[in-house]
Amino acid sequence: MQAFLDIFDIYLLEAVINGILLGGVLALLALGLNLIFGVIDVTWICYAELVMIGMYAMYFMVQYYGISYFIAAPLTILLVAMLGALLHYLVIAPLLTAPPINQLLATGGVLFVLQSFATVAFGIDFRNLGIRLPVLAFGDMNFSYARLLSFLAALVGMVAVYLFMTRTFTGTAIRAISQDRQIMALMGVDTKRIYLITSAIGGGLAGLAACLLVLQYDVHPFVGLSFGPITFLICVLGGLGNFIGGFIAAFVFAEIISLGGLFSDLEWGYVLAFAFFIVMMFIRPAGLLARRR
Amino acid sequence: MTGQGRLVAWGIGLAALITLPFVYRDPYHLHILVLILIWSFAYTSWSMMGRFGLVSLGHGGFMGIGAYVTALLWNHLGVSPWIGIPVSMVAAGMLALIVGYPCFRFRITGHYFVLVTLALSGIVLQVITATRDYTGGSLGYTPNRAPGNKLLALQFDDKTTWYLIALAVWLGGIVVWHLVDRSMSRYALEAISEDEDAAAAAGVNVTAEKLKITLISAVMTALAGAIYCQYQMFITPDTVSGIAVSLQMVFAAIVGGLFVSLGPTVGAVITILLAETLRIGFGTKAVGWDNLVYGVLLVLFIIFLPKGILGSVLDRLKPQRKVPRAHEQKAVQIARPGT
Repeated sequence: MQAFLDIFDIYLLEAVINGILLGGVLALLALGLNLIFGVIDVTWICYAELVMIGMYAMYFMVQYYGISYFIAAPLTILLVAMLGALLHYLVIAPLLTAPPINQLLATGGVLFVLQSFATVAFGIDFRNLGIRLPVLAFGDMNFSYARLLSFLAALVGMVAVYLFMTRTFTGTAIRAISQDRQIMALMGVDTKRIYLITSAIGGGLAGLAACLLVLQYDVHPFVGLSFGPITFLICVLGGLGNFIGGFIAAFVFAEIISLGGLFSDLEWGYVLAFAFFIVMMFIRPAGLLARRR
Repeated sequence: MTGQGRLVAWGIGLAALITLPFVYRDPYHLHILVLILIWSFAYTSWSMMGRFGLVSLGHGGFMGIGAYVTALLWNHLGVSPWIGIPVSMVAAGMLALIVGYPCFRFRITGHYFVLVTLALSGIVLQVITATRDYTGGSLGYTPNRAPGNKLLALQFDDKTTWYLIALAVWLGGIVVWHLVDRSMSRYALEAISEDEDAAAAAGVNVTAEKLKITLISAVMTALAGAIYCQYQMFITPDTVSGIAVSLQMVFAAIVGGLFVSLGPTVGAVITILLAETLRIGFGTKAVGWDNLVYGVLLVLFIIFLPKGILGSVLDRLKPQRKVPRAHEQKAVQIARPGT
């Protein structure tokens, strides 16, 4: 009995730590989405599809053109950042005065476009980078280096965004706009430019997430559907546009998925996370950290 | 058009639709027509909510429940779809109430509402996949062929029968649309979609009105799912539930026009004909192309033609109404939290 408990606890600990590692990447994704929501007041339903495109970019650069991973990664981030800016310029900007729900649905159309573009261009095969990182054994627990690396890189990315937002003029302007959209234009801030920059940063974060996720998962055109919904739920749970709330919610969700997966199938982990989300909507409808109105 | 003229036009149109399968018997074209009618019904159900600014991405979930509950009851318990379909509709209705009540009670609107309902269709999809011992998971599920009475099992090999069933169901949907359109609830919901606080102050029971329309919409969507399952005799989680199906409903309804009763039907005609044309024109190479075209069209429609094809055409025909009501002018207006 005692032996059983020991093993059990080791697995539990392993699942908890893996949950934290997963949470890092989810937090990164949520940060990008929150940034865009907070500043432009738009939800990019197609956010996970941008990540998917980034993953394909990594795959082709590393596998086909033999570019080193560390050179391909910045290129991918740049590419997805440009995609983000383009998305804003082509789809969101003409709709800025339309009701918010139309903007959301338009990005839903972009989701279709990106997904089927990937299907048409790359086929529906599962592809992976072919990089096998070693597994780190710590006591009786196993962690993959890929996850550890992703976690660290995600943290670095988030700190970089934080510094950008607090230490630079543009970052200050972005935060100001997220507080009051109308006034900032009167204060001489070029809102169009700020929106474009924000979209590019949001895209860049998706690109960074793509570089990290491609280490752990295979790429296929529908890969976005496997973590896209979770990202939205995290943002809503944390309160849309609330960076710290999103950060905490990402870890809460990752733990639920990881622990749920330990006791049952991975799908049940997701079901639990979804159910938890709906229960939380009863208790804290405006997000985890929302002040009571 | 006067009221009487419109009634005559409807009568002639219906008579033509009913006689069609007896005159024209090409099975492929009938199949397409049945699909169009079933999906039109589903899209109409979605628009019942969507036209009042309640944009739901959870309808894939309701449709999945309709299809899977009916099929599971038939296969595992031998319950006839005649009982199974109402049961599945009740199940979808309960789920709609469970999710809808807190949403409406706590004023979850706009982005939040969309994302909560998105979670709903996610849950249904994952539950269907996770319970693969019963539902067959992502490989799909087939209701057992009935050994004896076809009518009891609601399984017909004959396309004409299915055409008439689908036509009746679709017509039912249109009738419900008109009933809602002429009820007090419609005015209440229009007021809510423009300004929830003002509507509440004017004595509209916001939560109850929203719940009512959500319930109607969810139950109808479940029926669409069940009918689709009985007709196709094969369902997979991806064809009847999940986010893709939900987005497809939104897309078709918007393209057709969500504020007019036949708009979703026009949307279904366009999307299904488009998909079929691409499929025949390009064969297997067309995998993905239909969605590519859908996506581009959806973006273009939302930017340039938010009232949809039929809505815009009807507007052109009716120049006398100079000032469209505010909620139609702006497509879907939603009260944002914090404003």
